[in-house]
Amino acid sequence: MNGEAPFVPDERDRALMLATQEGLPLAVRPYHALAERLGWAPEEVFARLARLHAVGVIRRIAAAPNHYALGYVANGMSVWDVDDEYVDDLGRWLAEQGEVSHCYRRPRAPPLWRYNLFAMFHARERVEVERAVASVAALLAARFPGAVRAHEVLFSSRILKKTGVRLDF
Amino acid sequence: MRERRPATLDDLDRQLLWALQDDLPLCERPFAVLATGLGVSEEEVLQRLRRYLAEGIVTRFGPFFQVERMGGAFCLAAMAVPEERFDEVTVAVGAFPQVAHNYRREHALNMWFVLAATRPEGIVETARAIENAVSLPVWLFPKEREYFVRLRLRP
Repeated sequence: MNGEAPFVPDERDRALMLATQEGLPLAVRPYHALAERLGWAPEEVFARLARLHAVGVIRRIAAAPNHYALGYVANGMSVWDVDDEYVDDLGRWLAEQGEVSHCYRRPRAPPLWRYNLFAMFHARERVEVERAVASVAALLAARFPGAVRAHEVLFSSRILKKTGVRLDF
Repeated sequence: MRERRPATLDDLDRQLLWALQDDLPLCERPFAVLATGLGVSEEEVLQRLRRYLAEGIVTRFGPFFQVERMGGAFCLAAMAVPEERFDEVTVAVGAFPQVAHNYRREHALNMWFVLAATRPEGIVETARAIENAVSLPVWLFPKEREYFVRLRLRP
């Protein structure tokens, strides 16, 4: 992903991460509650969390909202078959569009799968996603003529699992 | 877990659900910091957050781990699951702790899931284990490049 050497968590980092993977204790002093659970001094919990955060092993401590519950019931994975020469330009451009939540270049798997660029769109209605994707497609066609050979949107029709990352240490 | 109808949210819910998607401060009473920003009590913030989790409005509250920074990997994967086997395969795939989330999508490839492993080999090993468990091929779509975006959902 980037050139940095991986951060190797030690045994106590791992214990701390495993203790939080189901979630942070919902207490007035959550980090103290965590320390108590681990039998550690609170200072160690703060110091290790700060370090894991600083090195990027923890991205943020936050809520994972259910898209559906917040009204974002239309969840569309737009996939694009883009000329390899232009895919990075298009990817950077797509990522800047307001409705896009993730944007990745991925390998094709011919003949089953021709697409090499993926961008997720979330909206309150399917038609809004379709409109956003159509508008992006038109802008792309104008900006990078001929670069997009095909695209489609795969809507999610059911959430089958959403537990987030479980650490397989 | 199933898809669900949009929850009924009041103004404070909307503000709080927005704020909760930001990084929680690393301090003794982080919910008090949030509460002050919203002009409510710390207990109100905690009660609402507990309710969001109980009702599935928030699926998890805690650290988001970037397994790639520890030398691990994420990978998008997909399968073409025959309709009559869909429920059975959903259960089998869901049983793997490396499967972080899984969605049914409308396509010949109708099951799309994300694998997360703390060792890079964990991705292919898990994909092979899933193939053995369900006797269907797993297609891996590793990311070759990420174009950075960060979306917060406006409730």
